[in-house]
Amino acid sequence: MRNVWTIANREYKLYFASPAPYLVTFIILLVIGVLFYLDIQIGAQQGAPMGVEVVLSPMAFLFMFFAPVFTARLLAEEQRMGTIELLLTAPVRDWELVVGKWLGAFMLLLTIAAVSIIYPLILNRLVSPGIDQGPVITGYAGIVLLCAAFTAVGVATSAFFNNQIAAWATTLGVLVFLWWIVGFLTQLGGGSGLFSQVVGYLNINTHFYNNLLRGVIDLQDIAFYLSLTALGLFVGTMAVETRRWR
Amino acid sequence: MIRVEELTKDYGARRAIDQISFNADKGEVLGFLGPNGAGKTTTMRILSGYMPPTSGKAEVAGFDVVEQSLEVRRRVGYMPETVPLYPEMTVFDYLKFMADLRHMPHAEDRVNDALEMVHMEDRAGGYIGNLSKGMRQRVGLAQALIHKPDVLILDEPTIGLDPVQIIEVRNLIREIGRDHTVLLSTHILSEAQQLCHRVLIINKGKIVVEDTPERLQARLAGAQRITVKVGGDADGLERVVGAVTGVAHISASIDSGLEYESAAGQDVRPAVARAVVGAGYDLLELYPIGFSLEEIFLQLTRDEPTPPAPDDGEPGEEEPDVA
Repeated sequence: MRNVWTIANREYKLYFASPAPYLVTFIILLVIGVLFYLDIQIGAQQGAPMGVEVVLSPMAFLFMFFAPVFTARLLAEEQRMGTIELLLTAPVRDWELVVGKWLGAFMLLLTIAAVSIIYPLILNRLVSPGIDQGPVITGYAGIVLLCAAFTAVGVATSAFFNNQIAAWATTLGVLVFLWWIVGFLTQLGGGSGLFSQVVGYLNINTHFYNNLLRGVIDLQDIAFYLSLTALGLFVGTMAVETRRWR
Repeated sequence: MIRVEELTKDYGARRAIDQISFNADKGEVLGFLGPNGAGKTTTMRILSGYMPPTSGKAEVAGFDVVEQSLEVRRRVGYMPETVPLYPEMTVFDYLKFMADLRHMPHAEDRVNDALEMVHMEDRAGGYIGNLSKGMRQRVGLAQALIHKPDVLILDEPTIGLDPVQIIEVRNLIREIGRDHTVLLSTHILSEAQQLCHRVLIINKGKIVVEDTPERLQARLAGAQRITVKVGGDADGLERVVGAVTGVAHISASIDSGLEYESAAGQDVRPAVARAVVGAGYDLLELYPIGFSLEEIFLQLTRDEPTPPAPDDGEPGEEEPDVA
């Protein structure tokens, strides 16, 4: 476990050595901020009830888009630079390496998410008698779960490549597939029946938008994100292990 | 410290190393010598726990490299040929990271000790990306040394360095070799001659010969090469020396003298001396010149029964002998 932390810590610090996380945090906060402002304008005119979703629903989408930017380099860069040889000959288990890498990226996304808390706080002061607290908690819990899953998919794909760009594109492809294509397939299947149910369960966004963001806690949704995270970490570890045999 | 038995590694259809066996004792500096692509790096990667062999057995410090890989990795310091480093980290942070991965107590002290060993205390705060090749090599060495490993595995530790840096790194290895077991690979023969207690010559995945550098020289067909020098004119000397029984052939004529090679196992110097003096020459010198490792190496790798590969057995450009 200690190795996981050592690796995660290095990864996390390294992010801040480049301008990328600052830039991405800025973009995310800017987009959310603009939407937030517009939502408040509209909300004030129409008197519609507002909650934490004005912040979290664009944020989930933006994270889906930006997570691959951060995860792409994790293992691909080590493999390209040859530094993987260093890590694989250090007394570190393969899963510790993969989990450490994942944790580094996960912590970064959590940091960005943490900064966004300022918006619900503002909203809470603007809206009387304050916003519904339930969805704030479950919504942020959902963001945490989403980030875990996104980064796990990212670290797994990164393990297969020597090239960051390829890792980035593939991760984005997988996430887009789970985000939209799966929903599209569900509709093709008629929305009911076994096929749609199975495929529908794989939809990475409905578990968040339909339940967690509305304050609904369903074990199914939590289990989905946790299993996707575990699967990503497992596949990533397998990929690293396979590398040794080449 | 290192025990290797019939180790074999295939990359797909290509056999990189073929049933090699060798041992290294504690405190021994073992040189792994061979042309590029001979299987040196593959062997080292297996011993460092980077990858498993296809078949065969390898033990480092009493632990099996496959079954007890983590134990092996705890006891091995390894510097890969490419010296992988993180350019965006400072020297200190990088070494601290490696020390932390090895759970070193007082990691910062260990980092400072390692920096001192490679004489880089003054560069601790600098970014690795800004270091010269020689400096990077030393950081790689510091990384391999940080946990005071029982076994140090260095893959081409002096490759790509300038002559001054080569001397520095060689001195460092010699220092380290006093209390660590060192396995180093090189395709520079003089380096193996200077650094190693024992040399393994490997070619096309097989160990061709294993011996001390000195004995390797002596062993070359048991033959001797002797320089004869006389005062004044050396006309006709070749005929005189060539007529002595046991002289295989005259290999070179030099200024007022010649070089001859004697047949295996025969020292004919007394006979040559008598013949030279008897023929009226003033004998000034009569001394043996050893065969260089280069010659041994070329001979051994040339004698391979396998059909000659198109020049990939080239023993590397010998760098100017600097030490």
